[in-house]
Amino acid sequence: MKFSGLIFANLFRKKIRLLLTIGSFAVALFLFAFLAVVRNAFNRGADVAGADRLVVIDRVSIINLIPLKYRDQILQIPGVKCITHNNWFGGVYQDEKNFFPQFVIDPENQRQVFPELKVPDDQWNAFLKDREGAIAGARTAERFHWKIGDRIPIKTTLYGGGSWEFNLDGIYHGERPENDETQFWFQWDYFEERIPQVVKGQIGWYVLRVNSPDDSVRVAKAIDEKFANSPNETKTETESAFAAGWVKQFGNIQFLIMTIGTVVFFTLLLVTGNTMAISVRERTSELAVLKAIGFSGRAVLFFVLAESLVIAIVGGLLGLGLALLAVPALANALNGMLPQLVLEPSILVLGLVAALLVGIASGILPGLSAMHMRVVNALRRV
Amino acid sequence: MAIPLIYNVRSVKARWTSAIVAVIGIAGTVGVFVAMLSLARGFRATLVASGSPGNVLVMRAGSTSEMMGGISLDSVKIVQDAPGIARDSTGPLVTQEVVGVIPFPLISTGTDANVQVRGVSPNVMRIRKVNIAQGRMFNPGLSELLVGKNASTTYAGLTLGNTLVFSGTRWTVVGIFDTGGSAFDSEVWCDSAILNQVLKRPPNIFQSVTVHLASPDSYNQFKDAVTTDPRLNVDVTREIDYYAKQSTRFTTLITVLGGVVAFIMAIGAVFAGLNTMYSAVAERGREIATMRALGFGAAAVVVSFLVEALLISFFGGVIGCVAVLPLNGLTTATINWQTFSSLAFAFKITPELLVKGVMFALVMGIVGGLLPAVRAASLPVASALREL
Repeated sequence: MKFSGLIFANLFRKKIRLLLTIGSFAVALFLFAFLAVVRNAFNRGADVAGADRLVVIDRVSIINLIPLKYRDQILQIPGVKCITHNNWFGGVYQDEKNFFPQFVIDPENQRQVFPELKVPDDQWNAFLKDREGAIAGARTAERFHWKIGDRIPIKTTLYGGGSWEFNLDGIYHGERPENDETQFWFQWDYFEERIPQVVKGQIGWYVLRVNSPDDSVRVAKAIDEKFANSPNETKTETESAFAAGWVKQFGNIQFLIMTIGTVVFFTLLLVTGNTMAISVRERTSELAVLKAIGFSGRAVLFFVLAESLVIAIVGGLLGLGLALLAVPALANALNGMLPQLVLEPSILVLGLVAALLVGIASGILPGLSAMHMRVVNALRRV
Repeated sequence: MAIPLIYNVRSVKARWTSAIVAVIGIAGTVGVFVAMLSLARGFRATLVASGSPGNVLVMRAGSTSEMMGGISLDSVKIVQDAPGIARDSTGPLVTQEVVGVIPFPLISTGTDANVQVRGVSPNVMRIRKVNIAQGRMFNPGLSELLVGKNASTTYAGLTLGNTLVFSGTRWTVVGIFDTGGSAFDSEVWCDSAILNQVLKRPPNIFQSVTVHLASPDSYNQFKDAVTTDPRLNVDVTREIDYYAKQSTRFTTLITVLGGVVAFIMAIGAVFAGLNTMYSAVAERGREIATMRALGFGAAAVVVSFLVEALLISFFGGVIGCVAVLPLNGLTTATINWQTFSSLAFAFKITPELLVKGVMFALVMGIVGGLLPAVRAASLPVASALREL
């Protein structure tokens, strides 16, 4: 690049402006990454749902319980691979603000249905042997500084109430960073032993896996038909439809945030692009001199484009780099309010592409007009 | 001596392209700031409006929401006899309620969303400020529904006169009620005894009891009596506090999100403002030097440039506020995680919020204008005059 010296000299002619323009670029890209991360967090449940998993809940209301005896009947349906059942415990650890979901699980089958949530075998075996044992997600364990072996009291007003104590026997990690690492699991046997007679033998919902995702519609229908006209009719959905249902209930909040964010992102880019265009326009006469001493129109276009691209790339990388640093901090600030905030590589790529496009767009117009300008006219204008 | 204001107005006019860029940046920032805060305000206002100062919510001790409650009929009777409760010809003004969550299809997407269904006592109208907008009150003992105004317009099939089936029971919508924009407007009400039956809950168990006090001041008297009664195991909260607390989680979420976005944008807008002002200073080297030569002091130049930056940011702030003003009153819905059900609320843009928005713009103006102003004032007069 024999002209790189010239391009750099041009870039640095106004250092403050250069810094500010790169800064605005960085800000815009940072915002882009942040909004994309938040958007993904809102949609998280649907993204990580297993394609071969079905959720069975009570048809009337999600908060109604369904009988445990449905389990064997569901297992008879061809295509069902394995099934686990969960209850919502709804307890409070120390303070109401410390929200995390507690599930009563079927320890024999939970790992087969959710293979992506990994617990080391030794921890899992200790859990199986310990009636009051519990497994916590890595994020929840970290949040409350729990260590394996800790005794954890959880208060509840459901199921007869009182304070329940658990031994933390293991910590699970998600296979992907997007997996929910906030759950707290404990054993069905311990749960059923302590709850009042009227709710014994009743579970919150079933999660099952089918042999192939192609079976899911058929199996879901078969389950609901089996329990139609029974005292507890069921509603069976794929896990992603179930999660998407919750996402939809967030309503258009997410849509509003995204609309606002998008408008803002493009405003910022417009502002930045315009500044870059102005700095080229200011130098019309210099560019005319370049042409007068023999540089072709294309070379001039190249100089202008190269300059705006350098600014766009440096600014974009800076912004995305800052986002990489800041997202974990923001995830802590929003702890418990949104699912895990994760900056995926696809967001970074998309952001860089956006930066490049704006770099080209803001350089191309002034660049083209510089390419086509008549040297005589431009030189005459002072 | 100060430089006349008209100089700044004219100079903004002369450099309108770069001024507009700065104005847009600031307007966008202020718009986002105001919109996000109004969302949080609206949500909070809706929940807070649900509570009335004269009402007290009684739930099982330790419950964080009505969903978790469980109070037997015996306990309800003890509560009814407590001191401080308002009474009229129908007896003590107490409504014992059953709360359920039933999915109904949304008109907008056709997918199901959870609606809070509340079984109430027949005397509920004397306890909460409820206005029957259309139709009539349900008849106790019949499966009739009274639908909140927002629920009626959000979900399919909840219109007056319609019959629908849920929980294996056929229901008729006999009335639409309006509580003036509170969370109850997103609910469906019916007779508590019937709801308990169809939800197959154990009989004579209620989730919460709402008590209307003889006067808001009798709260302590009532609370002491109920919480010290050894036969009862309940918590007593003012209705207002209960609903205000429910709103904190969502309000914090929106405020943090909105705050982060507005802050990042503010940095971007300040950068744009700095760019505009720096190029203004650079282009006007001779002008500034001329003014200095005429006898205006360095301070006058700083003030003049700051005024110009404030002028631009003020415009930006006002435009941003005006741009989001149509959002005011716009109804939207989100899920209330405390009840697992959907809640409709409106953006609430208050004059105070607008003032805050403009102040925010002015702060950005000062931050973006100060450094260029100082640079303008410190230009060496002689060499700047010589410049072409």
